[in-house]
Amino acid sequence: MERVRLATVWLGGCSGCHMSFLDLDEWLLDLAPRIELVYSPLADVKEYPEGVDVVLVEGAVANEENRQMAKVIRRRTKVVVSFGDCAVTGNVTAMRNPLGKSLEVLRTSYLLESAGTGLRLPDDREIVPVLLDKVEPLHAIVPVDHYLPGCPPSAARIKAVVEDLLAGHAPSRAAEVIRFG
Amino acid sequence: MAVVTLTIDDKPVSARAGESVLDAAKEAGIEIPTLCHLPGVSEAAACRLCLVQVEGRGRLQAACVTAAAEGMVVRTQTDTLREYRRMILELLFTEGNHVCAVCVANGNCELQTLAAELGMDHVRYPYLNPARPVDVTHKQYAIDHNRCILCTRCVRTCDEIEGAHTWDVAGRGTSSHVIADMGQPWGESVTCTSCGKCVQSCPTGALFRQGSTVAEMTKDREKLGDLVTARREKKWSV
Amino acid sequence: MDHDDLQRIAEGERAAAKSAEIRCCTSSGCRASGSKEVLSRLKAAVEANGLGDRVAAVGVGCPGLCSAGPVVQTHPDGAAFGKVTADHADGIVSALSGGSAGAVRIDPHQPFFTKQLRIVRATAGQIDPERIEAYIAAGGYEGLYRVLQRRPDEIVADVTASGLRGRGGAGYPTGLKWATVAKMPPGQKYVICNGDEGDPGAFMDRSVMEDAPHQVLEGMAIAAYAIGANQGYIYVRAEYPLAIERLQTAITQARKAGLLGRGVFQTPFEFEVEIRIGAGAFVCGEETALIASVQGLRGTPRPRPPYPAESGLWDRPTLINNVETFATIPAILRNGPAWFAAIGTATSKGTKIFSLTGKVKNAGLVEVPMGTTLREVVEQLGGGTADGKAVKAVQTGGPSGGCVPASLLDTPIDYESLASIGSIMGSGGMIVMDDADRMPEVARFFMEFCADESCGKCVPCRVGTVQLHGLLTKLVEKRATRHDLDTLIELCHLVRDTSLCGLGQSAPNPVLSTLRYFAGEYEALLQPEEFARPTRRSAVPLTVIS
Repeated sequence: MERVRLATVWLGGCSGCHMSFLDLDEWLLDLAPRIELVYSPLADVKEYPEGVDVVLVEGAVANEENRQMAKVIRRRTKVVVSFGDCAVTGNVTAMRNPLGKSLEVLRTSYLLESAGTGLRLPDDREIVPVLLDKVEPLHAIVPVDHYLPGCPPSAARIKAVVEDLLAGHAPSRAAEVIRFG
Repeated sequence: MAVVTLTIDDKPVSARAGESVLDAAKEAGIEIPTLCHLPGVSEAAACRLCLVQVEGRGRLQAACVTAAAEGMVVRTQTDTLREYRRMILELLFTEGNHVCAVCVANGNCELQTLAAELGMDHVRYPYLNPARPVDVTHKQYAIDHNRCILCTRCVRTCDEIEGAHTWDVAGRGTSSHVIADMGQPWGESVTCTSCGKCVQSCPTGALFRQGSTVAEMTKDREKLGDLVTARREKKWSV
Repeated sequence: MDHDDLQRIAEGERAAAKSAEIRCCTSSGCRASGSKEVLSRLKAAVEANGLGDRVAAVGVGCPGLCSAGPVVQTHPDGAAFGKVTADHADGIVSALSGGSAGAVRIDPHQPFFTKQLRIVRATAGQIDPERIEAYIAAGGYEGLYRVLQRRPDEIVADVTASGLRGRGGAGYPTGLKWATVAKMPPGQKYVICNGDEGDPGAFMDRSVMEDAPHQVLEGMAIAAYAIGANQGYIYVRAEYPLAIERLQTAITQARKAGLLGRGVFQTPFEFEVEIRIGAGAFVCGEETALIASVQGLRGTPRPRPPYPAESGLWDRPTLINNVETFATIPAILRNGPAWFAAIGTATSKGTKIFSLTGKVKNAGLVEVPMGTTLREVVEQLGGGTADGKAVKAVQTGGPSGGCVPASLLDTPIDYESLASIGSIMGSGGMIVMDDADRMPEVARFFMEFCADESCGKCVPCRVGTVQLHGLLTKLVEKRATRHDLDTLIELCHLVRDTSLCGLGQSAPNPVLSTLRYFAGEYEALLQPEEFARPTRRSAVPLTVIS
């Protein structure tokens, strides 16, 4: 049996979804022979490869790098899964949106309005990716095939979805699988 | 008592004359989703989730305010209705700032539960992300407008059950918001009796007990209906 | 007041009439361009020329041709002048005795005037709306007198037989509405006149209230007698200060004359009218929201049934009709239902007032028989576009209506025909557009209006209109794709099918009707998809006509 080329990506999120994935413990050993992990924060691969079968994308699209990455992922992947609430809804990452555009967010966060802090906005574009004015869920940037909500999605939920995808059918959308939070 | 017979989702159902289609369906074990409906207070017919198709009527009807009638044929689960309900929920999620993961009502929220039950695995419209305030001036309770869906259950509960009418709605369109008295901070309200019924009535985490953290705010919404029934039937008179 | 008194007032008014009159429009449109000053200079010029014994300069209601305002007409020679300034006053007075007027003459025999049939606006531009005597001399309150000599059910039967349908927009049969309220058990009932006209580009009702306030009162009094009410309310938007002022003057005069209050025409009939002023919400034109507002509550609609006819103001049976509807009533009762039913089409009787605006040459108010085609109104009465360009479309019915393309201008104006082409009669706004008007932008304008005016009670209207406005903005700014257009259509269906009241239910109409006739303009704005998307599946039709 040919191994499924699986990737996982960490965009604007806390990596809790990846932690939950690791909570699958010994099942990961069952998974290992069925997949090839071609890109992941858990694997030291520098560039997102071509020809990925399934990707789990954690995190919202919060900065320019996330945005470009999302497009690369979409171009090079058959099945894109929004992995966790940040990717699905923006979630905690998007809680900055009501504060205003990126400049207001930075001002508020770094208390630049306070007198005498002497602080300056981090503006070195070579080092720090530019924040987008609005944090968006993944599907606002590129088409997404499946949604796996949860903050984080429980290990059991992840397992159910990955099992379905490896078996080649669409994951369940039952209430217990798609509940936010 | 006059009784009528109608058909709901191909199932023959009997109802008391004047009873709503929503209640008749519920008694027959057919659940129609609702958000602004709350047993014990008047109907607002505002959330539009309980819309059903009634044969012979051109427009969709809100089951909560449609009286069951003899021979009526009702459908509650057509593909279109399911799609519309999901769309309405999506609109609600875009309108406020609903972050289930950090909400006091996580796991005990009617909006969250309905979204899951109605198959809403993501929201297709852009989030509006309004800047909305949180009022923590009341000594026991707080209101987080980010989580308010304007169902007005608190408004009706306060007016009709407690009789205080502390809450009402100000503004219009998507800038509508619930206010205490004439718009002062809740803690400065002169009419609020601190009874907490509004907190129990709230379907989301918008109204909550202070000190509750994520997923800690459980609500006992049935108590309000029981209270009204008990008052009406003088169940506790000594 | 008895019938002799009424006739005495009428005769006295006619006897006192001067042999010539200079009539200056003092309604809102002309007033805004300085007609009050014109009138006072005309009065001064009459005096200065020693003509006071045979010539009178009087302020009158709106003659209709607002784009030529301020408008002055002379009587009985029938001359008319437009764009009159105070400096033209002497010339116009001297023209009465053969001098040169110096002001721009308006041809009183042009189709704008001759093609009209003025029933509701019969006295507009002819008499002083601030004097009850002038209205009585023109036959006013005669209808009420005759009504009071008959049984209420006969009056309801007459209104039913006339075929009159509500002029507020929906076209509900007026007689049926009256009959419903009349049949409710006796007790406190109310009559409400809906003067909350709010469609952008519509000012028919403002004009009727300003030009013929007594006619509105007479219609309400007739209705009150027919259904058994003793109290009426006129709900007028605060943006119409002159209408409020003139209605208040009319109420005071009518009460003083004994035409309102107790024992009208020495019968047991009693009727009082009060004005309620709106606070700026468009949705208060919706009858249940209006009723809540009259009661001092937040103006939001409630589900119907119960209809106001059964349970309305303070839960009592309430008859609520629009200004133009009430103003049509006196003529029907004076001339008989058969006379009225002979005008118009099989299903739409009588006349309808339209406010012609936009790119039209003759902007203003026209009253035409039902069944007149849109083309006649726009091209003959309206004179086509101001700069001679081709008419592209006509928007009828305001934010609840639709855009009718030029190819359908031969559609007769009646409730059913307009509905069949995706528009509505509405209250009577008619906005003419030419090639410079981009339909998606027109649709966006109306959606912005609806989002602003949504009361916020029900979810699809409150949020759906905002999302629709966002999608239309994305489209107009050339950022939208086919996927967005599908979403737009899907949301239009949701808002139309699931909103609580007429505001939301009709809010998508401008989008759907422009999509229906001008789809190419939408398509031209679409951008290619950056990524392929699977074919959309939806239980909601993704077509404009479902």
